[in-house]
Amino acid sequence: MGNVRSFRWLITIMIASLTLVLMACGSDSGENDEGSAGKSEGGTSEQVINLVTTEEVPTLKSNGQIDGLSSTVMTNLFEGLYRLDEEHIPTEGIAESHDVNEGGDEYVFHLREDANWADGTPVTADDFVYAWKKAIHPDTVSPHANLMEEIANSKDIQDPDSDIYGEVDELGIEAIDDKTLEVKLDVPIPYFINLTAHPVYLPQKEEFVEDQGEDYAIEAEHVLENGPFVMEEWKHDDYWTLVKNDEYWDSENVEIEEVVTNVVKDSATAINLYEVGDVDVVNLSSDFVDLHEGDEEMKTSLEFEMYFLRFNQKNEYLSNVNIRKALDMGWDKEEAANAILKNGSKPIHHIIPEGFSFSPDEVDFRDKYEGFNMGSIEEAQEYWEKGLEELGVDSIDLELLSYDDEQRSTMAEYIRNQLQSNLDGLTINIHQQPNKVKLDLEDKLDYDISYSGWRGSVQDPTYFLEIWESDGPYNWQDFSNKEYDELVEGAKRDLSDPDKRFEDMQEAERILLEEEAAISTMYQSGTARLVKPYVKGFVAHPNTTNSYKWLSIEK
Amino acid sequence: MKRYVISRIIFMLITLLIIISFTFFLMQTLPGSPFNDEQLSEFQREQMNERYGLNEPVPKQYLNYLTNLVKGDLGVSFQYDGRPVTGIIKERIGTSAVLGIQSLIFGTIIGLALGIIGALYHNTTIDYASIIIAVIGLSIPNFVFAGLLQYWVGVKLEWLPVAFWRGFEYTILPTIALSMFVIATVARYIRTEMIEVLSEDYMLTAKSKGLSRFTMIWRHGVRNSMIPIITIMGPLVVSLVTGTLIVEKIFSIPGLGDQFVDSILTNDYPVIMGVTIFYSALFIFVVFVVDLLYGVLDPRIRLSGGDK
Repeated sequence: MGNVRSFRWLITIMIASLTLVLMACGSDSGENDEGSAGKSEGGTSEQVINLVTTEEVPTLKSNGQIDGLSSTVMTNLFEGLYRLDEEHIPTEGIAESHDVNEGGDEYVFHLREDANWADGTPVTADDFVYAWKKAIHPDTVSPHANLMEEIANSKDIQDPDSDIYGEVDELGIEAIDDKTLEVKLDVPIPYFINLTAHPVYLPQKEEFVEDQGEDYAIEAEHVLENGPFVMEEWKHDDYWTLVKNDEYWDSENVEIEEVVTNVVKDSATAINLYEVGDVDVVNLSSDFVDLHEGDEEMKTSLEFEMYFLRFNQKNEYLSNVNIRKALDMGWDKEEAANAILKNGSKPIHHIIPEGFSFSPDEVDFRDKYEGFNMGSIEEAQEYWEKGLEELGVDSIDLELLSYDDEQRSTMAEYIRNQLQSNLDGLTINIHQQPNKVKLDLEDKLDYDISYSGWRGSVQDPTYFLEIWESDGPYNWQDFSNKEYDELVEGAKRDLSDPDKRFEDMQEAERILLEEEAAISTMYQSGTARLVKPYVKGFVAHPNTTNSYKWLSIEK
Repeated sequence: MKRYVISRIIFMLITLLIIISFTFFLMQTLPGSPFNDEQLSEFQREQMNERYGLNEPVPKQYLNYLTNLVKGDLGVSFQYDGRPVTGIIKERIGTSAVLGIQSLIFGTIIGLALGIIGALYHNTTIDYASIIIAVIGLSIPNFVFAGLLQYWVGVKLEWLPVAFWRGFEYTILPTIALSMFVIATVARYIRTEMIEVLSEDYMLTAKSKGLSRFTMIWRHGVRNSMIPIITIMGPLVVSLVTGTLIVEKIFSIPGLGDQFVDSILTNDYPVIMGVTIFYSALFIFVVFVVDLLYGVLDPRIRLSGGDK
């Protein structure tokens, strides 16, 4: 009977495919057992560490769309003129030393004689010239080219209306010889050395990059490193393995042999992996912090990432300064950070982080004003009544645009509840959106209040303050104050009197927060993580990157 | 038969074209845009849009896309700095396929066993136990199983790996989690069908012919109960693919499902299109195979005119 035969045939196929699948998996495990994230079995003191991250690394091109994770991977694979040390201070990297002229706008970097690429060829000044010119070139569309704005002619090269548009050879950088690099600046910015530690300032070896063409840096074998590690394996969306680079000039001080980063998108899974010892460091979201409170393995670190509520002044109610002050002071920032986030985030009444910027006499920016609008709920209510009176209304409806992740939406809920119960007649509706959509709405000023954040990738106060310049591209809230504009613009352009500049920036912050209450500062972002006791030297920088150079396993 | 297959293939292509067009135009209404990063200046955003042809009128973009598609070029990802979409799909599809097929086979076998036993011991404790298992499998979502298995088998007992996809032992927990739904569905259908088949006249004939109980049940009972299983295979494959979205996430499996969600959240148009086309083609193909199988399994269902 034909049917019986076909039925047998079906069963045969099912069994055959099952066998095939099993075989395929069997051989897979055979191959992968070694290199991959196999546990470093207890007892051995193998220098292997397993880390987790929530996403695939987006790019390894120093002129690409670098985010925090890309920066971490790149600063461990490559090295620029300077790199951040364990105390987050720029220290000599490929540059052994530098000279700067009196005006502060001409730098000469002396590269290390023993600085090599992973293929054994020397890192030369030309490698920097090539990479920087490429980053500046308009066709590259490097999102971080703005960090190179102060290098001579950089702005004009990127300006389509200028005579030298696209002519990167006009850039103020020159290889004097193989190991000497000269850089000229348009503006003598005091934080230039700091900038050279950023990934956009990394060198690229022209010969190698051009050879790889479109494939450059999209797979492990298409990367040429000059940093403490080389990328041995990159299995997209799964894991990548960095191993110690023996060609690195300081390799004798790198103890860790292998760093495996695993992509784990689910936070509960990451913690389960930590519990069984498959990973050695894991970040904790706020709902897991409770479970590990008081745990010795829990560590926190602070980032230069500041969160605040933007008040859109296109909104008739929010254009009233008393209403803004009431909204700023009408909720408990301390409780929000300590009871809702619980991850080491710090409540703030300021926008320039502590330990971020220092005067010429090494005084912290924060020493002058600890914070602004630190008044009580009663004061907030007084402002509120005053504001309502001026507006001639007795109730106000506002929309709060917020992120869609759990932690930050809980935060938004908290703020809404606080404000609604403290300020009579106020109704707030929360509008949660994925980040891309949220940015779009902010850009179009299509919101009332928005939960926003900014990261200080450049350690200078102007990097935060310029957001609120009247014509600033990220103003996004129709804020405008002439005095503020003058102070910030002055600080950006005129660096002749560093002391006055510093005071001007402090004054600008005061105007923004105390006088105008343009935003309601929320918290400085922190990260809580569990670190196995045998992991030493895990360095989390405030710019959200991590350095593996000083890592070691001590069992 | 041949004519039937050819006409079906033509219809399949038309269906695919309609899906591609719909997705393409729907995607234009997605809020946000791929390059609205805070880090990019206005001018740079324009440049990016220009580079990827996003500044062109939509109908033009659509035609460009179709032309490239015919050439087998699905474009490059926005999210991952120029990595080709075909590469992204290729890298991940193997994993998702292994997980899906393994769950389907495992689930079907266990489901069949449960269903047959349930039917044979109709209205006994064994039957009730199999019904309870089926109800649990149907009503509890697979991510709950995934979480429970991960915690108890992975963390507490340490019998199997907690997550990742690096060898056979890593596939066991996700396969079980994902196959619960298959087990339940198959068991339910087989049980009902078997009870009906067992009371058919031909079963009596078989018995009177003196066939052994095993031969009788296997040859006449089970085979005749298989038809409904083939019917639900199509929807099951679909539910497996969607089910992998969350199970892949929980077990950190680098599959296609998770990538799909990410690409939507980041407005990575080429990846959204590529994965949609891939999934649609897969579904259309599965439905087609299921239809063919009907004819093979049951000669009463003829696919084309009676001339054979």
